[in-house]
This record gives sequence, structure tokens and C-alpha cells, in this order.
Amino acid sequence: MVAAANARLRLETVRLTALFGQNPAVREISLLFPAHTVTAIIGPSGCGKSTLLRCLNRMHELTPDASVTGQVLLDDVDIYAKDVNPVELRRRVGMVFQRPTPFPTMSIYDNVAAGLRVNGRRSRHETDDAVERALHQAALWDEVKDRLATSALALSGGQQQRLCIARAVAPAPEILLLDEPTASLDPAGTQRIEELCHALKRHYTIVIVTHNLQQAARVSDYTAFLYLGQLVEVGRTSELFTKPQVEQTEAYITGRFG
Amino acid sequence: MSAGTFRRHLTSRVMTGLVVVLAFTAVLALVLILGDLMAKGASSIDWAFFTKSPVPAGESGGGVANAIVGTFIVVGLAALIGVPVGVGAGMYLAEYGSGRLGFLVRFVADVLNGTPSIVVGIVAWTFLVKPTGRFSALAGSVGLAILMIPMLARTTEEMVRLVPHSLREAALALGYPRWRTSLKVVARTALGGIVTGCLVGIARVAGETAPLLFTAQGNLNFSMDVRHPMQTLSLQIYVYATGPFDEWHRMAWAAALVLMGLVLILALAARWVTRQRYGSGR
Amino acid sequence: MTTLPLEPVPAPPEQTTPSRDPRWQALRSVDRSDRIYRRVLTALALALPFLILVILGVLFVGALPAVKRFGPSFLWTSTWDPVAEVYGAAPMIFGTLASSFLALLIAVPLALGVAIFLTEFSPRWLRQPVAFLVELLAAIPSVVYGLWGIFVLIPFLRNYVVPPLKAVLGWTPFFQSAFYGNSMLAGGIILAIMIVPYIAAVSREVLLAVPPSQREAALAMGATRWEAVRSAVLPYGRAGLIGAIILGLGRALGETMAVTMVIGNRHDIGLSVLQPAYTMAAAIANEFSEATTNMYLSALFEVGLILFVLTVVVNAVARILIWRVARGAAVGSKAL
Repeated sequence: MVAAANARLRLETVRLTALFGQNPAVREISLLFPAHTVTAIIGPSGCGKSTLLRCLNRMHELTPDASVTGQVLLDDVDIYAKDVNPVELRRRVGMVFQRPTPFPTMSIYDNVAAGLRVNGRRSRHETDDAVERALHQAALWDEVKDRLATSALALSGGQQQRLCIARAVAPAPEILLLDEPTASLDPAGTQRIEELCHALKRHYTIVIVTHNLQQAARVSDYTAFLYLGQLVEVGRTSELFTKPQVEQTEAYITGRFG
Repeated sequence: MSAGTFRRHLTSRVMTGLVVVLAFTAVLALVLILGDLMAKGASSIDWAFFTKSPVPAGESGGGVANAIVGTFIVVGLAALIGVPVGVGAGMYLAEYGSGRLGFLVRFVADVLNGTPSIVVGIVAWTFLVKPTGRFSALAGSVGLAILMIPMLARTTEEMVRLVPHSLREAALALGYPRWRTSLKVVARTALGGIVTGCLVGIARVAGETAPLLFTAQGNLNFSMDVRHPMQTLSLQIYVYATGPFDEWHRMAWAAALVLMGLVLILALAARWVTRQRYGSGR
Repeated sequence: MTTLPLEPVPAPPEQTTPSRDPRWQALRSVDRSDRIYRRVLTALALALPFLILVILGVLFVGALPAVKRFGPSFLWTSTWDPVAEVYGAAPMIFGTLASSFLALLIAVPLALGVAIFLTEFSPRWLRQPVAFLVELLAAIPSVVYGLWGIFVLIPFLRNYVVPPLKAVLGWTPFFQSAFYGNSMLAGGIILAIMIVPYIAAVSREVLLAVPPSQREAALAMGATRWEAVRSAVLPYGRAGLIGAIILGLGRALGETMAVTMVIGNRHDIGLSVLQPAYTMAAAIANEFSEATTNMYLSALFEVGLILFVLTVVVNAVARILIWRVARGAAVGSKAL
């Protein structure tokens, strides 16, 4: 049911520019993220990938002095329009950060349910269902189903990150933003999360920022290459990695710089 | 080893030794005082001491029940007033305090933290005793609250600042509005530290005498009426210690031991709270 | 710059106004909650500047009659005569400053010793217990210090300390008079013990803020442990340490109960530490309830005003010095 509702969902940036004070970190990027796909954003450090991601759920503007010009259209509605409430927007877009950030004073159950509780009242039964569904989607259910009431801090790093994924998907957002989600994990944890991406795109449109080119190649359907805040090239992952059309892209992919 | 090097090493050892001696002298003072408290006070503590009020001057027996209860009431009321304001001010400093008003509030808090408590007593007297013509526990509590507020503001701010920014971001990304992030995520995470700060502030204030001298003033009888004078352990100790009777002096030591015990319990509780927080989860 | 050529991209239809689109109902209530929250917190925070202004105002208004009557001579007149209604605070001011400086003289080496010991020389296992014990010193209420001062310290001074002091130093003006117990000396010593934990706690935080690279660089160059401390650590933290000391001074200036119980409470200026003396705080504590006339009360208010202004200035200076090193951290507020 969720999948059907999102079938026609388009997420698109139109000449998006993001500034810190006077410095543009993202310059005039127009990029389309098709529904139910995984789009990877790659590029060397400082190229603006994370900033671009944070513009998609209006987190960028929380930094003092930060501003945005251009548009981000979620199903043809500009999320930067004046009467759009960013808080409401963020409930429709989930985000997972580089380091796992479980809420330390809450149990596993409460962590996953955290996003649900701001979204209106639900019965205990509904919350239970949503939590279980989210934990299944994050491939964490089997490991924690017997200890939902215990502290989230007792989990390993990889488990905590999957918990954060569960927390992000529990409110059934339409978009899932992953900002280098495996950067602080070991290879086993990384692999599990990469496997998740394939499964999750059935339900959500995923944008993943990564500095790991192999990860981008493994995980994504489309890849966008950013350099110095500008979109250099975008295309199907298989094509971009084998037959990049821009010289810079090829240089980055083959490791000549970055 | 040359003579110069030998001298340098000798100097180092001598200075190290000096530092150690100085440090332990300070600790020695504490040990002596606490030791005297125990030695001179313990023998006078019996059940009657805790349950009876003072008897007429010169007679023996009696206890400090009125003072113990009074301490709880005056300090409790002070906490009721001081904790919300102090913690609230601290939350302001942590959440919104990076601008000029925040700087001013922070500076004022630090300066107020060093204000003589007797001056605070004068202020409480002016507003609550002088107009009504009556000493009261309430006036004393207000004075103590004024002492508590800057203390709690700074400790709260410090504890809340320790919460990593990433937690705030995670909550905001979930669609939490700012106020909910601040209360349900940030403050909740820092709660252990905030409570510790409150307990420490309460312990500090429980021992205060000066602001109570002309507000709560003291009461030889058992009273729980906050609109009238009330006795506290600190006031009782002062009266007994400076009085003429040996009996009173004996009881002053015992009361001091009880007060110290109360302060110690609060201080240990404060540490215990933080230990619990850090220990949970594994 | 390429956009993705998936299926033919239709031109985006007219953008619907978010407010008409039910999915985007701007939740104005949330904004209001944020605003209310901020306003409540701000109001609570404003209590602090409000308080300091109120204190200043109350003291000033109360002192006004005395200020008008006595003018600046209040500061240097020694007569304090409630009957003749002549008031001069010079002995109290002198006593406050003298007892505080005496306290600093004793406390600073002890406190710095503790701080340096804890940060530089102490074995790890000893650190927490010693720190806790020193913090405990700060937890002892002033009146308990006074109690100990009356019944333990003063007899000790009388029997074991003053006779040898008089024998050796009796020719100096500082040890000239007879000793009856309550004295500037007793007051200074008690104050010293009381301020040691404050100076030590702040100094310790200042020293901990010194980057370890300073220390390590000195040691790497062959300095002895003490030399590393003296040449690399202490100069770096010097401003903060001075701030810590001044903070201790601020505390000493305002201490009331312990002082009034051992210092003798006599309106007198003298060079001998064996004499009784008076401080501003002690005077207020002793005489406020007894003040029978309005002028008497007003004189005491003026004493309070002088004391308050003095401690505010001293504390402000101390805080500025400490902020330079610790950069706004709530240093010293954890000391019980």
C-alpha cells in the first residue's frame, strides 16, 4: 500500500544552490531522483554531497548563516515554499547519519517509536505493529525481538546503525536519506546495510551519500558525481562506472584524484 | 650526572615533595574537622535528639527535631522556587544562549555565584519581612532560592552542553520541533547531570545560616508554618555554639554532625545519579 | 550538466500551493509551541539580571539615608556609635580586607599544591579520592567551620601556636597584643581552610585546560617533572590561576558565619593579628536584627552595599581572567 502511493513520486532539485554565509557549497544543481530507486551521490571530500543531501530535508538551514536558493520539488511541491513547514517535511523524509545516534535514554522499542510519536496519536497496538515492521525492514528484528525494552546502547555499532534505520523508516516516510551510513562500521556491518538498501527501495526512494566508490557501484541504480559543489555527471550506475562521459568523472572513478 | 643536573633533579624532587605535603595538609584539615565532628557529636546523638525539640535554657535533654523538620521545609520550599527558575535559565543558556543576552545572563550568573549570602538575606528581608512585620520560613526560602538559581543555571547549562549535537540533529531529522527536541531528547539525555547539579545546589543551601538570620530567624518550638519563624539545623548550631551553656555546646556538635550527614547524603546521591547514568546500557 | 534521461520527462505541472495541498498543511501550532518555549526559557533566564539589579537597588535605596548623612567619610571613619548615631565603617572594611588577604596568604600555597598535585603528580588511583575529599571541604557549612573554630582551633592556637609565634615574632607589630582567642588570626585561618577548595577546584580545571603537548614538549627536551610544570604548564595557565585566586578572595570577602564566630566582632583597626577584629559581613550578621533606629539600619545597608559592590567587582575580574583560559566553561560551579 505504501509502495503504490509512492509510485508516481518525484523528488527533484531545480537549480539548487546552498550557501554557508556567502560561500556556495552546492551550485545550481538540478537532479532528479526517480521513485523506488537508489541514487548514490559521490565525489571527493568537501564537494558538497552531504550539504546537498541536507537540503533535501531542510536540515541545511538549521546551521546558522546557512541559506538555500532554487527549488526542491517533492511531487511538484517546492519544499522551500513559504508556507511549507519544515518540521512536517522532515516527517516525510527519513535521515540516517554517519555515526549511529540512538537516543541513549530510550529503549530499543522507544527509539524506533520515537518518530511515530510526533506524528499523531496511535494505539499501542498500532505502534507495536509499526515498530515490528520497521525492525523487520532494518533486518534487526530477529536480533532484538526479545529485548525491545532494553537500552539501545547495549547494541553493537552495526546494530545501532540498523536501529537508526528502523527509527527513520518507522514513520513510513517517502524518502530515505543516508549520509555515509556505513562510514563508522566494520565490513560485516557495512555489508548488512548495503543489503538493506536493495530491500528498502521497494518501499522508499533512497538517496545515499558515500565516499566509497565500490559501495556506490554495489548499491545504487543511479549515481551522481559532484565536484566543488557542481553536478559533473549523472547516469545509470552501470554506465557511469564503465563508460563515464566526462573526463573528470573518469579521473575520479579511476582514482586519479579525490 | 653533572652537578647541575643533580641539582635540577633534587629541586624537582623537593618541589614534588612540597606539593604533596601542601596537598595533604589541606586534606588533613578536612580529616581533622570531620574527625572532631564525629568524636564530639556522636555521643550526643540518640533517639531523643532526633525527636524532641529544645528544652528551656540551662536544662539538659531535648533535641533538634524542630530544626531537622525546619531544615527540610525551608530548603524544600527554596528548591521548589529555585529549581524551575535555575534549570530553566540553564536550559535557555544551552539552547539559545549564544547571543548577547546569553552572554549577559551567563556573566551575571557567575558573578551572582560569588555574592555574599548575607546580602541576599537583606534583600529577602526587605521584601518579605519588613512589609509584613513578621519573620517567616517563606522569607528564608526565598533567600535560599536566590542563592540557588545562579548555581543551578550554570550547572544545568554545562550538563546540557555535553549532549552531542548529533542527537539534536537526529531528533530534528525525525520531524521533532525544536521545543520537543530540547525537552524530550536533549534535556532527557542530560537529566542525570541536571539532577546532580540540583542536589549539589540543595546541599550547599542546606548549610546556609546567614540568609536565615533575619528571615526565618529561628524558632525554639516545633513549627511547620511557613508564614512564621522556623528553625533550621544551621541556625540551631549557631545559637548553641555561641551560647553560654556547656550543654548547648555539646548539642551544637551533635547538630553539626546531623547537618553534615544530611549534606553528605545529598552529595553522595548526586554522585550516585551520575554513576547510574553512565553505567546503564551495559 | 546532465539530468537523468529516464522516460520522457513531462513538464512539471503547475505547482500547487502547499497550503491547499492537505499533505503540506503548515502546522502553525508547532511554530507557536516553539515560540512559547523560547519565551518561557528567556523569561526564566532574565531572572538573573533582574536579581542582580534588585539586589543593587534594594541596597542602594536602603543605604541612601546613611549615604546622605555621612558621605564618603563613612569609608574612613572609625567611630561606630549607635547611641550617638555616628557610623563609620573603616574598621569593618579594614577587617574584611585584612582577614581575606591573610586567608589568601595561607590558602594559596595549599590550594595550588592540591591542584598541581592532582593534575601533575598524583598516581591515578589517588586522584578521585583526594579530589573528593577536597570537594568535601567545600561542602562543610560555614557555621560548622565556626563551631570547630571556637572549640578546637582557638584553644589550639592559644596553647600551641601563639606562644611560639609571640616568642619568635613578638617584636613585629603583627604579634604584639594579648591573645584572648577571638582574633584576626583565627578568622584568617578559618577563612583559609574554607577557600582552599574553591581555589583548588578552579585551579585544577585551569591546569587541566592546558594542552598536554605543552607538558610533553618540555619533558621531551629533558626537563625534570617540576621544571616541566613550572616552565610549561604554570605560565600557560597563569591568567586562569590568578583568576582562581581572585575568586577565592571573592569568597573570603563575603564569608559570614565562621568569621563572626571567631573573629571577635570588635570595631577596631589594629596591625596585630592577635587582636579581635570585624568584617562587614560579620557586622551585618550581628547587628541587623538589633538595629533600633532607621539610621542604624541604613548604615548597615550601606555596609552591605559596599560589600556587595566589592564582591561583584572582584568576582567580575576573576571571571574575566578565568574565561580567557577556560573559554566560558562553568568553572568552579561544581565545587560543593
